[in-house]
Amino acid sequence: MSRIMGLTGDGAVAYAVKQCKVDVVAAYPITPQTLIVEEFSEYVHNGEVHTEFICVESEHSAMSACVGASLTGARVFTATASQGLALMHEILYIASSLRCPIVMGVVNRALSAPINIHCDHSDMMGSRDCGWIQIFVENAQEAYDWVIQAFRIAEDPDVLLPVTVNLDGFILSHSLEGVEVLDDADVEKFVSTRKPVFTIDPDKPITVGPICFTDFFFETKRQHVEAMNNSPKTISKVNDEFAELTGRRYGFIDTYEMDDAEAAIICLGSTAGSAMAVAKKLRDEGKRVGVIKPWVYRPFPAEQIIDACKDLKALAVLDRACSIGAPYGPLCNDVTAALYKENVRLNVFNVIYGLGGRDITPFDIEAIFNETLEVAKTGLIKKPIKFVGVRE
Amino acid sequence: MSEESKPGWRSIPIAGIILEPGSAMKYKTGDWRAFRPVIDEEKCTYCLLCWIYCPDGAIIREEKTVRVNYDYCKGCGICANECPAKAITMVEEKK
Amino acid sequence: MATLRDLSTEELFTSGHRLCAGCGAGIIARMTMKALRGPTIVVNATGCLEVASTIYPYTAWKVSWVHIAFENAAAVASGIEAAYKAMMKRNAWGKKVDIIAFAGDGGTFDIGIQALSGALERGHDFLYICYDNEAYMNTGIQRSGATPHGAATTTSPAGTKIPGKPEFKKDLIGICAAHGIEYAATASPAYWNDYITKVRKALEVDGPAVIHVFSPCPVGMRFDSSKSIEVARLAVQTRYWPVYEVENGRYKLNIKVPKPKPVSEFLKVQGRFKHLFQPKFKHVIDEIQRYVDENWERITKLCGEA
Repeated sequence: MSRIMGLTGDGAVAYAVKQCKVDVVAAYPITPQTLIVEEFSEYVHNGEVHTEFICVESEHSAMSACVGASLTGARVFTATASQGLALMHEILYIASSLRCPIVMGVVNRALSAPINIHCDHSDMMGSRDCGWIQIFVENAQEAYDWVIQAFRIAEDPDVLLPVTVNLDGFILSHSLEGVEVLDDADVEKFVSTRKPVFTIDPDKPITVGPICFTDFFFETKRQHVEAMNNSPKTISKVNDEFAELTGRRYGFIDTYEMDDAEAAIICLGSTAGSAMAVAKKLRDEGKRVGVIKPWVYRPFPAEQIIDACKDLKALAVLDRACSIGAPYGPLCNDVTAALYKENVRLNVFNVIYGLGGRDITPFDIEAIFNETLEVAKTGLIKKPIKFVGVRE
Repeated sequence: MSEESKPGWRSIPIAGIILEPGSAMKYKTGDWRAFRPVIDEEKCTYCLLCWIYCPDGAIIREEKTVRVNYDYCKGCGICANECPAKAITMVEEKK
Repeated sequence: MATLRDLSTEELFTSGHRLCAGCGAGIIARMTMKALRGPTIVVNATGCLEVASTIYPYTAWKVSWVHIAFENAAAVASGIEAAYKAMMKRNAWGKKVDIIAFAGDGGTFDIGIQALSGALERGHDFLYICYDNEAYMNTGIQRSGATPHGAATTTSPAGTKIPGKPEFKKDLIGICAAHGIEYAATASPAYWNDYITKVRKALEVDGPAVIHVFSPCPVGMRFDSSKSIEVARLAVQTRYWPVYEVENGRYKLNIKVPKPKPVSEFLKVQGRFKHLFQPKFKHVIDEIQRYVDENWERITKLCGEA
C-alpha cells in the first residue's frame, strides 16, 4: 500500500530516513539541506523514531561521528551541502575506505567564493573521487525512492560502501511535490536491519584504522576499487526488488526518446526533467532528439550510456560544475573518456550552465538541442565548451 | 618478508582492519636495546615500580620476583632509574 | 586501589609496539588499561600513540580500537556512544560499553579542540585522555598550544633573538571544566596510583570526563630515556604540573607540594630548555617561575587551599 504526501525534496529525504529506522543521524545544518535536519528533529522530539540524533558542531564532526557509529554495526545517515561537504572531505575518504555503509543526502549547492546558497553540482563534483557510490535525482519522488534503495545498496556485504543521494538545492529541496510514499511496514521489510560484516564489538576486539605503509596500503585501495566494481550487480538487484514493490523502475540511467535519436542531451538532476519536456516539444516538431539522465554517477555507467548513444550523431553534455583547467566539465570528462575507452567516435560538446543557481530556461535547452542537431548534421563542433546563461 | 611473499589484496581482511588482538607481540623490539637491565634478585624488594613504569610491558611479574622480557625490552633504563632498592643495573649489550 | 600487587597482570596494551624507548605515552596507555571496568573501545587520534601501536598488520591493542583522523577523536567517540544507545533502544545491543579517547596535545589543544568542545557540550558518556608531551612530537617536535613558554621546538627554535616559544600554555582543564562536565583532572604518570584511580573514577562518571596527563618524551623534550618518570615527577614537585581534579565544578588538589623545588630543576634536565641557561636568556626562566607561581596560586585558590 502507498499514499501520496505533499513533500519537499528535503522532506522526502527526511521521511525516507525515518522509515528506514536509522540508528544514528549526525548532522549539521546548512542551507539548503536545513529542512532535512529540521524535519528529522521533529521526528526525534515527538518520539516517532528511536534514532540518536547528534547535533554536532560541524560537518567534519558529523562525518566523523557517522564513521564511529557505523563501525558499531548501526545504521547511519547524514546530510549536507556545499561547504559542509567540503569540510567533510577528509573523512569522506576514510568512511569509504573503512567500508562504512553510511547514507548521505547531499543537497547540491555552489562552493564559495563568492558565497552563494543556490544550486550547482560543484560540491559533489569536488568530492567525486571519494570512493562513495553517488546518485543524482530529478525530483522529490526519486529522492525518496533512492534514499530507501541506498541503504540496501550500501549495506550489502558485496558492496559495503557509503552512498550519497544528490538533489538540487532549492529547485528540489524546497519545492513541494506529491510524493508516493510506502507504508512503514513495507519500507521496514524492504530495507530490513543492517547485518554488519565486521564491527568494533568490544567482546571481539579488532583494530580499525591502523597505519599501513608501502607494504599494504595499495592492497586496501585495490579492495576498495573492487567493491565499487562489484556494486552494479547489487544496484541492479535492489532496483529490481524496488520495482516489484513500487512499480517504479530505476536503473543506472534514465532515457527519453533515445531509440532513434540523432542528437541528445545528457545531464544530471532536475535539469533532465526540463530537457525531457523540451525534447517532447521538439519531437512534436519532428526533430529526433533524446535525453540521457544518469541516476548513478559513481560507479560511472559507461556501458549504459554508450548503449544509449549507439545510433546517436551528436551529444551535448551539460555540466552544472566546472573542472577548471581540465579538458571539459566533470561529467563531460567522464563521458568522453568512456566513449574513447570503448572506441566509440561521437561528436560531443560540453555545456557549462547554471552555476550558483543561475536558471536554465527551456529556451536555453531548445537552443542547445538545435545546436546539437546542427552538429549531428554537419559533424562540425564550433565550440567544444559553451557557457550557457553567463553574461559576456 | 619480500613484497612477493606478502598476501595480496584478495587474501587480506577488508578495510585494513587487524583481526588478531595484540598481534604486536609478534614484533620483537628487544634488538633496539643498547643497554640491558639486569636485576639483582638479592636486592629486589618486589615493590613492582619497575613493572608499572615500564613503557613496554617488558617486566614480568613472577610469584616473588620480577624478570625482564628481553624480547621486548628497549633498554630505556626507566626501571633502573626508578628502582628504590638500586637492584637494577644497565649493562652494555655486546654486539 | 591499595598496592601494585592488586593490579592485573593482563596487558591489554601489549609489548611489541614501536613507541620510542622510555616513551611516556606507552606508560600511560598501559596504566590506563589497568583501570578498565568492562567492555571498552579505545578511539585514538592521529599521533605518536596511534602510529606506533598499530603498524599494520600488528596491533598492540587487545581492546577494540579505532583511529579515524587527527582532529576528531571526540566526534568519533560521540558517534560510537550514540550508536550503542540507539541499538540498545531496539534491543540489538545489551551491555554498557566504556569509550576512551586518547589524543595528544596537538589533537586536543589545537586541531581537535572544536570536536572536543562539541562532544563535552553534548554530554556524551566517554572518557577523553589527553597525553600531553607538549609539542607535535610525532611529526618532529613542532610547537603546539600546549608547548610551554621558552621551550625550543622545530617551529619555535632557540634563536638568537627569540629564545623558544614566546607564548604560554593553554589551560586545558579550565576550558573543559567550563563546559560544566562532571569530571576533569590532571595527572602525572609518576604518581601511578593517582592516575589509575582517576581513570577508574572518570569511567564511572555518567557523561563526559577529561584527564590531562603529562607525558614525558625523551626525544622531544630531550632527556635520557631513563629519566621519563623522574621528569614527570619533577614536573609535579616544582609545581609546574599541579595535580588536581574538578568534580562538578569543585576543585580539589590531589598532590600537595608544600616545599616546591625551583622550576629550574625541571628545566635543566631537558634539552628543550638548555638555551635558557645562557646569561642573556636568564630572564625567561624567571618568567617561567613567575608563571608557575601564579598558576599554582590560582589553582590552589580554586581548590580552597590558599
